[in-house]
Formats: sequence, structure tokens, C-alpha cells
Amino acid sequence: MAHEETVYDALDHAHGGEGQWAFGTGFDDPLAGVDTTIPDGVDAADLGAYCLMLGDDALVLCQRLTEWATRAPELEEEVAIANCGLDLLGQARLLLARAGSCGVLGRSRQHATDSIPDEDALAYFRDPDEFVNHQLVEADGGDFAQTMVRLLVASTARLALFVRLRESRDPVVSAIAAKGVPELTYHRDHAARWVLRLGDGTAESHRRAQAAVDAVWPLTADLFTATDVERRLVEQGVAVDPAPTRDEVRDVLTMVLERATLTVPAWPADRPSPGRAGEHTDELAPLLATLQGLAREHPAATW
Amino acid sequence: MSTALEVAQTVTDPELPMLTLADLGVLRDVRTEGEQVVVEITPTYSGCPAMGVMRADLVHALHRAGFADVDVRTVLSPPWSTDWISDEGRRKLAAGGIAPPGPATRHTGPIPLSLGPTRRTATCPVCGSADTEELSEFSGTACKALRRCRTCREPFEHVKEI
Repeated sequence: MAHEETVYDALDHAHGGEGQWAFGTGFDDPLAGVDTTIPDGVDAADLGAYCLMLGDDALVLCQRLTEWATRAPELEEEVAIANCGLDLLGQARLLLARAGSCGVLGRSRQHATDSIPDEDALAYFRDPDEFVNHQLVEADGGDFAQTMVRLLVASTARLALFVRLRESRDPVVSAIAAKGVPELTYHRDHAARWVLRLGDGTAESHRRAQAAVDAVWPLTADLFTATDVERRLVEQGVAVDPAPTRDEVRDVLTMVLERATLTVPAWPADRPSPGRAGEHTDELAPLLATLQGLAREHPAATW
Repeated sequence: MSTALEVAQTVTDPELPMLTLADLGVLRDVRTEGEQVVVEITPTYSGCPAMGVMRADLVHALHRAGFADVDVRTVLSPPWSTDWISDEGRRKLAAGGIAPPGPATRHTGPIPLSLGPTRRTATCPVCGSADTEELSEFSGTACKALRRCRTCREPFEHVKEI
């Protein structure tokens, strides 16, 4: 079969004639040709669990951002939000694929058929208690101000981690982080400019922006305490301890809020992240139902 | 007969069809390992949805040229930069109505926050005026920003620096 007639024949041929999987991700392994050997002395289960944490944060935030499709205040903003979501989806896909290559699949394989790639099985066939994202990203997006404040907080914290993860001993994590840094820089700048515009805008936009800050701030408590998995991987030079990033993250957020004439609420006391332990608010299950419904209804669908 | 490299160099980008993957800096390597042609490509952005089509286009072109055994591999590191777009690629972008990127900024330590509008110089691809403004840092694809010319008023896309 060396002479396919069309690109689609070639795609089909590359996948053993199974056609494309319904969700557009069955085309190819996102880590095809990447050396996925686990570095010496690194526990594969820990590395996979860590990639799942970082991947789930991106996947769930992406889903919240895409809720703005067809609802954003202006067309340019809709495109901007979709762009941020797409970057996060790309990061999630690579990280979930890395988790899969480490053998971390949870109960997803009990439901997913064999032809579904690992990263799709993880995204579409895990139940809410198996997701390990921070509660920050699953909270209902609220109004536009809350979406932008949350994006500011989430991208500031993630950027601080990714800048450091470029030095990870796992070459795959290091490459994903290096690729993510410029993307997250764009997201953070975009969100910060909106917070500035809303906070220092009209009385109504200021009121909403302050309400958004007050709603999002308590969730920053979860971002800076390493889990046991992270602690072990920090010792092995694979993960980044979030605790030392706290001051940097707070400084950036404080600077934006002050410039936006918003009041910086008292910082909440750090606590171990319930989300990292699979404990979630009631808001995650409906989000996942939307994300996963089609894949679960038609697991072998093609188009 | 063309070499595998020559064939791979003719394959165009699915979203910027005026450019080849080589012009864009996405085609990183083409080599022969025994009977197999190994092609390395890198995504522009993590979520680039065009990777699957690029892969299929490369396989298709090489198969048609008689290379039966083709393996297209993804390389993630070092990450793609707009600095890798060739001079020829920049010329083709401008001719296609898309302003090419300026030099990308590289940071090693913490990334400074940028609260003002991005200072970029992008020349209007329609009338050549340098008096242009940014409408949005995000446009129809992840790699482009949306700008408008203050002279001829035409909106246009700009490949943003990364």
C-alpha cells in the first residue's frame, strides 16, 4: 500500500484501516518518535501520577474556557479564549500521553476500547474521583471577570512551575514545559490586561472584578503544598516543589491587582490540595459529563 | 529521481499553504536509516491541530515519490520558534498578506509580566505602512495575532513571535 490516493487514505493506512477516531485525536500518537524511556532511578508510577496532575489542570481549565465559545463579549475575545484553551489542550494531551507511557491509566481502561489511545482513555474514561486537578480550575467560570481572574491565577502559578520544569530530569516533561512557557506567558499577559481593564474600568466592571477576585482567592490555598508524589520526584530532580514559587506568584498577582485598583484579599493559609487527592467540588462532575458524554456514548465512532 | 529530503521539502503547511514545512521551520530532519526514511517534525504550539495532517501529507508525498517505508517522528525539544521561519518563508508570508514575525524574545529566569499593549513593529502587507495597531494577540490560528493598518484600514494577520 505505497500509493494512497488522498491524505485521508494515508491517515487511514497509518491506523490500520480503522479510520479516524471521533474526537480528532486518533490520528497519531502525540509522542510518536519521542524517547519515552523513564530516566534512571525515577519511579514510573510517580512520574505518571505527576503528569496526570499537570495534565488534568490543563484539561479541566481548557474545558471551562471553551464554555465561552459563542458566548464571549466580542468575537476577538472568543478567538483569544479558544486559543488559550487550545494551548492548554495541547499541553494536556502531551502530559496525559506521558502518563500513559508510564503505565498510569487508573480505571480508564476498564471502559475504553483498545483502539482508543492512552491520552484519550484518560481524558474521557476516568470518573471524577480519579481526576487530580486543583479545585481552582474546576470551579464554575462565573462571569467574564471571574474567568479572567481565574485564568490570571492559574496561568501565573502554572508558568512559575513550567519555567522551573524546563530543567526536569525527565526529558519529556522538560520538553513539554519548554514548549508551554511562551504559551502560558501569552495567557497570563492576556488575562492580566483584562483584569486591569475591568478593575480600572467602570464602577460596574470594578465591582464585578473585585467580586471575582474575592471568589477565586480562597482557592489559591491549594496551589503551594507538594503532594507525597511531588516530594519524591523533587528529590529525583523530576518535579518542581510549588512551595518556593508562592512568593513569586503572589507578587505577580498583587502587582496586577494594585494596578487594577482592586483590593488584594488576605491570602488564605496553605492547605494540601484536595483536588490532587481526587476530592472535588460538585462542579467537576457536570463539567466532565459534558467533556466525556460523546466519547462514552459512541466509543468506537468514526467520521 | 528526487531525494527524500527534496520530496519532504515540497510539502506545504496545511494552515499556511503558501509556505512549505521547511520554510516554517517545522521540518527538522530527513534522513535514511537502512531502507526507511525518517522524517522529524516539531509542532508550532502544543495544541497545533495540524500535526496529524502534516504527518499524513509527508507520508503521502514520500510514498508517491517511491519511498515505501516512511516514519514521521515528533520532536518536542528544542521548542519551535518563529526565528526558525526562513527568509524565503517570511517573503512568502508577506506576499500572502500575512505580516512575518520579528525576532523572538528568550527568557532564562522568571518571565516578566507585560501589562501594556505589546510593542511590535508589523508592516501592513497590503499598503506597506508601518503605522499598524494590534487588535488581538490571538487570531484564527494559535500562531497569529490580529492587527489593523491605520493608513489603509485593512485588518491583517501577523505571525506572532514565540
